[in-house]
Amino acid sequence: MAPLAEFGYVGSAAGLFVALGLGIAFGFFLERGGLGNAVKLAGQFYLTDLTVFKVMFAAIVTAMLGLFWLAALGVVQLPLVFVPPTFVLPQLAGGVVFGVGFVVGGLCPGTSCVSASSGRLDGLAVLGGMVVGIVAFNEAFPLIAAFYGATPLGPLTIPQALGLPHGLMVAATVGAALLGFLAAERLERPAGAARG
Amino acid sequence: MPARRPAQPYLNPYLAGVGIGVVLLLAFVVMGRGLGASGAFSTAVATGMAVTAPGHAAANAAYAAYLPDGPTSLFSDWLFIEIVGVTIGGLLSALLAGRFRVAVDKGPRVSVRGRIAYALAGGALMGIGAKLARGCTSGQALTGGALLSVGSWLFILAAFAAGYLAAPLVRRAWT
Repeated sequence: MAPLAEFGYVGSAAGLFVALGLGIAFGFFLERGGLGNAVKLAGQFYLTDLTVFKVMFAAIVTAMLGLFWLAALGVVQLPLVFVPPTFVLPQLAGGVVFGVGFVVGGLCPGTSCVSASSGRLDGLAVLGGMVVGIVAFNEAFPLIAAFYGATPLGPLTIPQALGLPHGLMVAATVGAALLGFLAAERLERPAGAARG
Repeated sequence: MPARRPAQPYLNPYLAGVGIGVVLLLAFVVMGRGLGASGAFSTAVATGMAVTAPGHAAANAAYAAYLPDGPTSLFSDWLFIEIVGVTIGGLLSALLAGRFRVAVDKGPRVSVRGRIAYALAGGALMGIGAKLARGCTSGQALTGGALLSVGSWLFILAAFAAGYLAAPLVRRAWT
């Protein structure tokens, strides 16, 4: 019966209201967690503030577990959920360029929207820079189209690629995240104690 | 003007993460797709080009792919409407917490002008990186991460590895 839009319960106009509502909630929680603050985000890369890691992996684990159980209970038809297709080399290269941009700019595309709308001019500048980057990419696209489409693997999940049961991979990811949370709390402790 | 109300402390990061995870799960259950951010800007940029230089936009697949309905695509684009929501949600939360402030968030050693230059440069790099990777921290890391997509996890690992490697070079901007 779900995804609702795939079964015709949500049309394209209603879908746009859903987009607005989910976006508002997404932006709200990003700001609540402090992810509209570039200094806080950049702290992730100097190991002084691991909020980015904690928020991101708590969100990934929550959505992953929810989807796994809803699929196991037959509520969601997992094959109807859109999995972003894998392109190995462009996604590795894009990740590298993006990661450098993240630590230079201190915000990512979604969090720069939150930073800008909470009044921060540096967030607005990140948005301006992003538009410049997208235009540059698009203008250069005829030259890089071949690389952009290189090493396609289609919509591929890690359990499919490794031939492992989905549930095992979900459990392993939860375990890794929990270990990561413990490590994050330990890493932050000295700085937190110094601040009182 | 009364003295500025002290800003509330931020929400516990794990709770904020669970909140975002529930929003992402709702997107999967209702729409059959996840959240995103950079894609909204791809559509906005393509729309801008379609309005100012329609021939140029139509001739380049990188723009044309985001213009299924021509220059009006923006207002029927799911991700663009979602990002409008993100800005509203961020504003609401900041206002309610007493955190709305016209200011520049920056490290203690960098000038305002320097911080803006870093922000522009970082934004440009992220624009290029997100295009190459077909998504950003929202569309790849959060959404693809929760779906255990191979490419999304490669993106996450590459982005964090590069971020940590580049961090010492831009330490002056933040610490």
